[in-house]
Amino acid sequence: MELLVAIIIGVLTCSAVFLILRARTFAVMLGLTMLSYAVNLFIFASGGLKMGAGAVLKATEDYADPLPQALVLTAIVIGFAMTAFLVVLSIRARADLGNDHVDGKLPVAKNTRQGASS
Amino acid sequence: MIELLFLVLLPLIGSVVPVLTKSWSRSYSALATAILPAAALAVVLQLAPAIFSGETLFYQMPWVEALGLSLSFRLDGLSLLFALLILCIGLLVILYARYYLAVTDSMARFYGFLMLFMTAMLGIVLSNNLLQLWLFWELTSISSFLLISFWWHRADARSGARMALTITGFGGLALLAGILLIGQVLGSFELDVLLSKADVLQQHSLYPVILILVLLGAFTKSAQFPFHFWLPNAMSAPTPVSAYLHSATMVKAGIFLLARMYPLLAGSDLWFLLVTITGMTTLLVGAYLALFQHDLKGLLAYSTISHLGLITLLLGLDTDLATVAAIFHIINHAIFKASLFMAAGIIDHESGSRDMRKLNGLWQFMPVTATLAMVASASMAGVPLLNGFLSKEMFFAETLHQDVLGALSWLIPVLATVAATLSVAYSARFIHDVFFNGQPKGLPRTPHEPPRYMRVPVEILVALCILVGLAPQYIVGDLLAVASSAALGGPLPQYSLSIWHGVNLPLLMSVMAMTLGILLYSNRKHLFRFQAELPELNPLQLFEQKIKALLNNAQRWHQRFESAELQRYLLWMFLIVVVLLIWPLQQMGQFTRHTAMLPIDALMLAAMLVAIIAAFATVLCQRQRLLALVMISIVGLVVTLIFVRFSAPDLALTQLSVEVVTIVLLMLALFFLPHKISRASNAGRLIRDGAIASVCGVVIGSLSYAMMLEPQQRISDFFLINAKTGGGGYNVVNVILVDFRGFDTLGEITVLGIAALGIFKLLTRLPLFKPSSDAEGRQWALDKHPMLLAVVSQALLPLALLVSVYIFFRGHNLPGGGFVAGLITAIAIILQYVAQGVDWVKQRLTLEYHRLVAAGVLISSLTGAASWLFERPFLTSWFDYFQLPLLGEIELASAIAFDLGVYLTVVGSTLMILANLGKMTTDHRPVHEGQN
Repeated sequence: MELLVAIIIGVLTCSAVFLILRARTFAVMLGLTMLSYAVNLFIFASGGLKMGAGAVLKATEDYADPLPQALVLTAIVIGFAMTAFLVVLSIRARADLGNDHVDGKLPVAKNTRQGASS
Repeated sequence: MIELLFLVLLPLIGSVVPVLTKSWSRSYSALATAILPAAALAVVLQLAPAIFSGETLFYQMPWVEALGLSLSFRLDGLSLLFALLILCIGLLVILYARYYLAVTDSMARFYGFLMLFMTAMLGIVLSNNLLQLWLFWELTSISSFLLISFWWHRADARSGARMALTITGFGGLALLAGILLIGQVLGSFELDVLLSKADVLQQHSLYPVILILVLLGAFTKSAQFPFHFWLPNAMSAPTPVSAYLHSATMVKAGIFLLARMYPLLAGSDLWFLLVTITGMTTLLVGAYLALFQHDLKGLLAYSTISHLGLITLLLGLDTDLATVAAIFHIINHAIFKASLFMAAGIIDHESGSRDMRKLNGLWQFMPVTATLAMVASASMAGVPLLNGFLSKEMFFAETLHQDVLGALSWLIPVLATVAATLSVAYSARFIHDVFFNGQPKGLPRTPHEPPRYMRVPVEILVALCILVGLAPQYIVGDLLAVASSAALGGPLPQYSLSIWHGVNLPLLMSVMAMTLGILLYSNRKHLFRFQAELPELNPLQLFEQKIKALLNNAQRWHQRFESAELQRYLLWMFLIVVVLLIWPLQQMGQFTRHTAMLPIDALMLAAMLVAIIAAFATVLCQRQRLLALVMISIVGLVVTLIFVRFSAPDLALTQLSVEVVTIVLLMLALFFLPHKISRASNAGRLIRDGAIASVCGVVIGSLSYAMMLEPQQRISDFFLINAKTGGGGYNVVNVILVDFRGFDTLGEITVLGIAALGIFKLLTRLPLFKPSSDAEGRQWALDKHPMLLAVVSQALLPLALLVSVYIFFRGHNLPGGGFVAGLITAIAIILQYVAQGVDWVKQRLTLEYHRLVAAGVLISSLTGAASWLFERPFLTSWFDYFQLPLLGEIELASAIAFDLGVYLTVVGSTLMILANLGKMTTDHRPVHEGQN
């Protein structure tokens, strides 16, 4: 099962990185959301995986690690706030600059330079 | 000796005076400016007797004692000489500039910069600490930049100033490096400590490096070959600046440094070789080029270079007497060159030109000025009975007994005579070409004598030329003696300052130079023709080209790394992350299993396969945005399931709620972002990004796997043991959040609130794109809110609120808590917005969300602060159990109040973000005043 979770983290990271490298803000937002899934899982996994373990005291003898859970819990909420900020920022950028390219301007001419398109 | 501090402070304060007296008449303003330097001069004169009696005065004010840094000044003979030069000539220049500057020139600015420069120069000569000296050294570069570019509307002034700053600034950096090395080797920056340690330094292996660095500083400042070219280009400065900076003071700062460091650095063969050769080359090159200048100030500039070379050469010669001669020539050169610059300024001012091809026969128009200028240039040429003659004789005498160049030492007196011949020739040109030689040609105006007081400074300086020339011992004897002994750092050699030493070799050399010089000048036509055939070398153009090339180069590199392209930055970032991670992963070796693995069950396998497919699908259909959104929400759901499966109910609850608000958020974002996106990526780029993404995925995945296999070193047992006893709760995750790590949580809800406020601010006055149709051109539905959803959501609201209250209260002991409860409440209200519309909700819900956020953060903070009342640290929690009739035992904990703050902040922030974004298309959108 650990292997499976590791694969999931890897796949999510891979997709996230690819999306973040796109030129349109919406793709970058998707990428960041995806990356926050991956990071949250990663932190969560750092406590070790436990099935059927107690989350609350007195329930059982075997407890899941509470510390990564606490860290991830706030990370989820903060992650939402940051994504929201980014979303609104790109809406504002689109409104003010007239396009949704991450650089705030569309590349001048396609294929003139390697790094200017997507 | 606190007076030493005043010496520097007075002109510094003086730099404000001209600005304050701006509205006064020009004469009064100049007078007011002169008061503080005059006071400084009075201080110097009052201290002078002590110096003449052989004392050295010190003043020290501790600053950063731990680093051995202090404000440290000294006044010895050398400093005294320079301080007198700086202040006296400075005062004359103030008087002169009053008449020189045009009505349109800002006198306040000019005098302000001039006083700043004076401060810097005094700082250099009075510093006892080398670092402090360097600071003032740089200040002279900067203030001289400001002065040279005083007429900043002129291109030549700007480029000349830039060049001067670049060259002297470069020298300044070299000097700093040299000084730091000296400090490293000798362990101190205080001159009085250093000057006695010459042996230690010169034995050290770093000595050649130090010497070269310090000499670079001195040579650039003093315009020594091959750094001499900045000085002629600095002639675009107003003439008072040239008279002050480029004759008497700034260019002498390099010479001063050589003299100051003489006891410490001189004495080695390397010193003699470098300084002598540089000085000799500069002397000759300067004198030769001076002859061919047509610009009056250009001639003076090259002549200055040549004389600076002479002084440098003298400092490089291996005798004490040569050093005395150097000091003497510093005085004499300052006097005659300042007066010559001022005379040139008068000619320029009254005739409108500095071109010697136009200026002829001025004698008839300005006889007094002409006489003054002729005396001064005679002194420059070294005519007997004038001060220039005396130091030149001493120079000749010293060149005769040298063995610095070994068997080639006979060259020194010969070359000295050649240089003197050239100097006679250009002096003759200055006199003959300008004041005689026919009639002026095409001058813009008829020349005439300057205002009376503009000539006074020249008169004073020329009078000094004659006085020193006639009675040297009486006028400057004592000053020369103390200054020379300070420069030598030891006893003075035997010398006599008299006009007549009998017929000897130096006199013969002088006579030869005079005769040959006059001869050379009268045959100048041949020489000029020869010079005209040489290719023109314009140092300014060359310099500008080099600087431009350098800038272009820098820009290319800069653009490579800072291209204002986010994608490129991110690419670099990911690449570096990968590189940094691969190395330790490789060191880890094979995966080894330390703990038992969990078995894979079919349900999880299926869920995860779905997630993997959904993740890739998100990537693949990222341009069909709605579909991508559906896909990514599937990923989020599977993540929630993973949390459920691996015993993290709190996380699952939170993730699920956040998932809902995130998707709502992205849906809203979709409305505002372009609906149609053209495909713009080329295949190469896709492959490259795909490769990097894959490597990232593989690396992070491997890292996760390795991490999960490692034996668990848990610090969490502490929380498990203490959650109930210390925090009063059974839900350890919640206890960590509101109690153990409460301070973190406080920070996090604050960030949440700030993000919401930022979003609110970004949405105010947002220029609206209001699409009327979707990507396929279909009109937006204008239907009212669907009845079914409206009814159900209305029914759901109280239920949802009840659940959130329940989740909130049980949070301390069972999965739940402020975060989750807040999200549930927010979702319930968002549902009302979706189902009923903004108008409907607004009538019924008058809450202002930003107040809610503020209240939440405030409640949490106050809960934390309340512990101070009980003299406990911030956020110490308290809980106790009470017996209530009917209900039985209940627990009261301060953490509940804290969690309430969390709850309110989460509700407020989430609604503030989503509701305001949703309101954008309605009349209720945020306006500047911030009323919801």
